[in-house]
Amino acid sequence: MKVTDQDIKTVASLSRLRIRPDESAEVTAQLDKFLTYVENLQAIDTSHIEPTTYALPMQNVFRADEVKPSLERTLALSNAPLSEDGYFKVPRVLEESA
Amino acid sequence: MELYTKTAHELHELLQTKQISSAELTADIFSRIDAVEDKIGAYITVTRDKAVVDAKAVDEKISRGETIQPLEGIPCAVKDNICTKGIKTTCASKILENFVPPYDATAYGKLAAQNPVLVGKANLDEFAMGGSTENSGFHVTRNPHNLDCVPGGSSGGSAAAVAACEAVFALGSDTGGSIRQPASFCGVVGLKPTYGRVSRYGLVAYASSLDQIGPITRDVTDCALVMNAIAGRDEMDSTSTAADVPDFTKSLVADVKGLRIGLPKEYFVKGIDADVEAAVRSAAKKFEQLGAQVTEISLPHTDYAISTYYLIAPAEAATNLERYDGVSYGARVDGADVVEMMTNTRTEKFGAEVKRRIMIGNYALSAGYYDAYYLKALKVRTLIQKDFVDAFKTVDLILAPTAPTAAFKIGEMVSDPLKMYLQDVCTVPLNLAGLPGISIPCGVTKNKLPIGFQLIGKALDEATILRAAYTYEQA
Repeated sequence: MKVTDQDIKTVASLSRLRIRPDESAEVTAQLDKFLTYVENLQAIDTSHIEPTTYALPMQNVFRADEVKPSLERTLALSNAPLSEDGYFKVPRVLEESA
Repeated sequence: MELYTKTAHELHELLQTKQISSAELTADIFSRIDAVEDKIGAYITVTRDKAVVDAKAVDEKISRGETIQPLEGIPCAVKDNICTKGIKTTCASKILENFVPPYDATAYGKLAAQNPVLVGKANLDEFAMGGSTENSGFHVTRNPHNLDCVPGGSSGGSAAAVAACEAVFALGSDTGGSIRQPASFCGVVGLKPTYGRVSRYGLVAYASSLDQIGPITRDVTDCALVMNAIAGRDEMDSTSTAADVPDFTKSLVADVKGLRIGLPKEYFVKGIDADVEAAVRSAAKKFEQLGAQVTEISLPHTDYAISTYYLIAPAEAATNLERYDGVSYGARVDGADVVEMMTNTRTEKFGAEVKRRIMIGNYALSAGYYDAYYLKALKVRTLIQKDFVDAFKTVDLILAPTAPTAAFKIGEMVSDPLKMYLQDVCTVPLNLAGLPGISIPCGVTKNKLPIGFQLIGKALDEATILRAAYTYEQA
């Protein structure tokens, strides 16, 4: 196995996902099978190859820096699960100080 | 009257000459939807009231003696990952179940400027991740040619809607084959344009360096008409190309004399269905008879395309899908603090395949694995792209199967995600290289399931693809 339980825990935490104990074995096995398959890339010598992030040769696309109307606040908030006084509302982030 | 089987260009003539009205045509499509949608499940949302109003407006324009645009008054479907202002856009995900976009995607906005009649938002694999539409968070879509089979994916709803005559044409999106493979499975035409040809603004992002919107239609002429409507540079998408947009209908010329077509030997892979191979080789033969020169070519890194794609696309997806945090839009599942709220939301509302790809992506991007997986894949992407550059030194077009098999049975592959990924072998290389490709129907299997072949062109050369596809279709 390439993938350990700890790897799954770490990646799940990075992904903000919770893997239930009863799912863990299957998730581990599937990721392991996948990573074994993609090992085939290691057979290619890429030491002198540049990476490609975008297929078309485009760089530094500029536009004039002008102020333009943006989405109205009410519209921007229209899909928010919870909002108040024109703001998005989230659960407490910081502990209350003692 | 069975108007719903006709193409957009045929219907345009009937509308303009007042032989039919758009209201009549739209009612005809809805009678078809009422008759078959229970079995097919092509749509997530049907926009009947809006369609009736829009059709009436077109009819008034015609009755005033005005000239209408080619797609005006024609009923269409739009994949539900393309934002439509004021119309729910769910991406087939529980996390966006109630999302109503405050703006239009540019491609939809450009299409809407021609006043087609939107009849509904089409089903897909959740966040366009899948090749069967079985990963939809709401329901499966069935193949109109055999209800036990998948329509392909991820644009399975769009392709099934066109094939089942529940829409005259549709917009889909293609990240690794999601327009071409369902078009092939459903026996219709599907074009993935060159990366950057159509704006991605308002297309819910899956893998931003690969995603592209394109048409799914009954024939090549309609495909050119939809391309004319949606292509072009958009200031809202800095990766959209400033290259000139031709009039794609100028490519509707039946002539392939002297055209050099390559058959890549690596695409006739082990495990390819015998009927599919025979049908695609017979299409190549037909091109030869029509005056094209067909030769065998090699794209040597094809074997690595699946690994490359399934590292790059999930890495981009893991990043793009970070935005579903239960704060600014989408569903929220409460928790004691902000991290628990986000974790609860994502755990409960994302489906299994989406979670799988997020996990793969974050694994490939994480410290210690980045070089071995993600960076390695980006380098192999360079080699896959170079294969095509080399091939296009000696040929004008590449002809290959769209998929190694025809439509498979619903449920057949769900237990084995890797097996499902391997189905994408013929389509993902184009996305990695940014190239355009079209899937054209070329017969059926022994079980009467449609087969499609793919024509792959040089970057920004949709014109040659459309010309060859048109020539084949008309012959």
